[in-house]
Amino acid sequence: MKRYVIVGNGVAAAGCIEGIRSADPEGAVTVVSAEKHAVYCRPLISYYLEGKTDPERMRYRDPGFYERMGAEVLYGRRGVGIDAAAGTLALDDGSVLPYDALCIATGSSPFVPAFEGLDSVKNRFTFMTLDDAMALDRAVRKDSRVLIVGAGLIGLKCAEGLRDRTAEVTVCDLADRILSSILDGECAALMQRRLEEHGIRFLLGDSAVRFAGCEATMRSGATVPFDILVLAVGVRANTSLMKEAGGAVDRGILVDSRMQTSIPGVYAAGDCTEGEDISSGKRRVLAILPNASFQGYTAGVNMAGGSAVFDKGIPMNSVGFFGLHAMTAGTYEGDIYEERTDHSLKRLYTEGGLLKGFLLIGCEERAGIYTSLIRERTPLSSVNFELLKKGAVTAAFSPEQRRKKFGGEV
Amino acid sequence: MKRVYVNEAWCLGCHLCEYNCAFANSGLSDMVLALKGRPIRPRIRVEEGDRITYAVSCRHCTDPICVKSCIAGAISKAEGVVRIDRTRCVGCLTCVLVCPYGALAPGEDGAMQKCELCLQNACGAPACVAGCPNRAIVYEERGEAE
Repeated sequence: MKRYVIVGNGVAAAGCIEGIRSADPEGAVTVVSAEKHAVYCRPLISYYLEGKTDPERMRYRDPGFYERMGAEVLYGRRGVGIDAAAGTLALDDGSVLPYDALCIATGSSPFVPAFEGLDSVKNRFTFMTLDDAMALDRAVRKDSRVLIVGAGLIGLKCAEGLRDRTAEVTVCDLADRILSSILDGECAALMQRRLEEHGIRFLLGDSAVRFAGCEATMRSGATVPFDILVLAVGVRANTSLMKEAGGAVDRGILVDSRMQTSIPGVYAAGDCTEGEDISSGKRRVLAILPNASFQGYTAGVNMAGGSAVFDKGIPMNSVGFFGLHAMTAGTYEGDIYEERTDHSLKRLYTEGGLLKGFLLIGCEERAGIYTSLIRERTPLSSVNFELLKKGAVTAAFSPEQRRKKFGGEV
Repeated sequence: MKRVYVNEAWCLGCHLCEYNCAFANSGLSDMVLALKGRPIRPRIRVEEGDRITYAVSCRHCTDPICVKSCIAGAISKAEGVVRIDRTRCVGCLTCVLVCPYGALAPGEDGAMQKCELCLQNACGAPACVAGCPNRAIVYEERGEAE
């Protein structure tokens, strides 16, 4: 009987368990879970703050999942060392788990810069886990002034989640625009306007450098008083297990399309990995839930002796604030087709006869048709791209393509 | 598994399937009450291309990308049918971002909706098929297109 060990208990781990079981109903599966929760929907923690969901509905799988899958979960435990030669994983309680195949699905952690005086701030939080969200939920009062450092996805979703619960939400970022990793200035401005209309305050191009109790001093010299501080500067892939074992690591654990790492028998999946972004041809950390799910399943199948590849990784995000959605996918390179109104913006990026990326704000209908063109690397010469510029429609495909898509099972 | 297929050559582009779909999923017994004077949100939609029309709805894919992409774990597939648990959906639109067929869209309340083959509503079988005047929409078992 094969022994499978998964380090981490997020979406990639759940996918991995399911992948293993698709190929091996017998083997022993052990999951090492640092968090004391069954797998949950991490991106929903801001909706939890907002009161739109609760821990029960945030479960990623039903309560009988692990039992049905025959997986044992060690809650509150961490993997601390891999002995690849012996095929063992050491845990933080001193125990050792032998494995035939190991999957590292350790996710990422908030990056907290060494701000001067940070220890003097009593009410400080990061925003990454359900426990983080619950702690913040308990701390926030109707009259709290909240300062969020970081105007990325995590910081802004936190801001949205808290907005109606508290007096004041201010977000600062050293970058001159919000969501700087996925939006350019113009698109960011559209989203920022929506957030501001709902009462979120911004301090951009300026960030906190020093803290003293309930006051932040900004780079510009301005001071910002607050009651609650949320640090959402960025995240780092949790790669230390792999690094210490001598495996290949860059910004994430390097994996091939089978989710195999540089160490035989060791796989990795999810936010801790760095794989290929097929839209740019470059390696990237694609820390998004869908990729964690695809990668986890792929790793599991291969760990169990099956054969699966995931070679369609691209960055993609659907992010909405107060009803305005921005959808982004792929890479922003090449020729641009653009359409805009006062409240919407569409940009399609093409290069070498392929759709490489897009950016849609306020016009997200059926966007997956565009995404599939990127993922499938569909030659634009084979479709009616003029029609696709106007809107995402399958009628732009050739009769032969339509017959394949709609004439039988897919 | 049986799925909904559309014969492009027979589709008249009359949009009746959209109305029948919206009515079937309205939970109401009066079509006028269900549809009159309000925007309809059907789970099937007629596409119009170069001299062709045809209706598109969820393909209930063998390996559905929406299921693996849903950030709320709200979409699942059982017995050949892809379903949404709308009580868990938070309206993030990630499924819209990934579905290659454009088969998901928000309902009136912001939670996503899609074709679930009318198996859970009062029809019990796809209303778009039953109401198609030219029998362009069928509900049948097929393999992969060759």
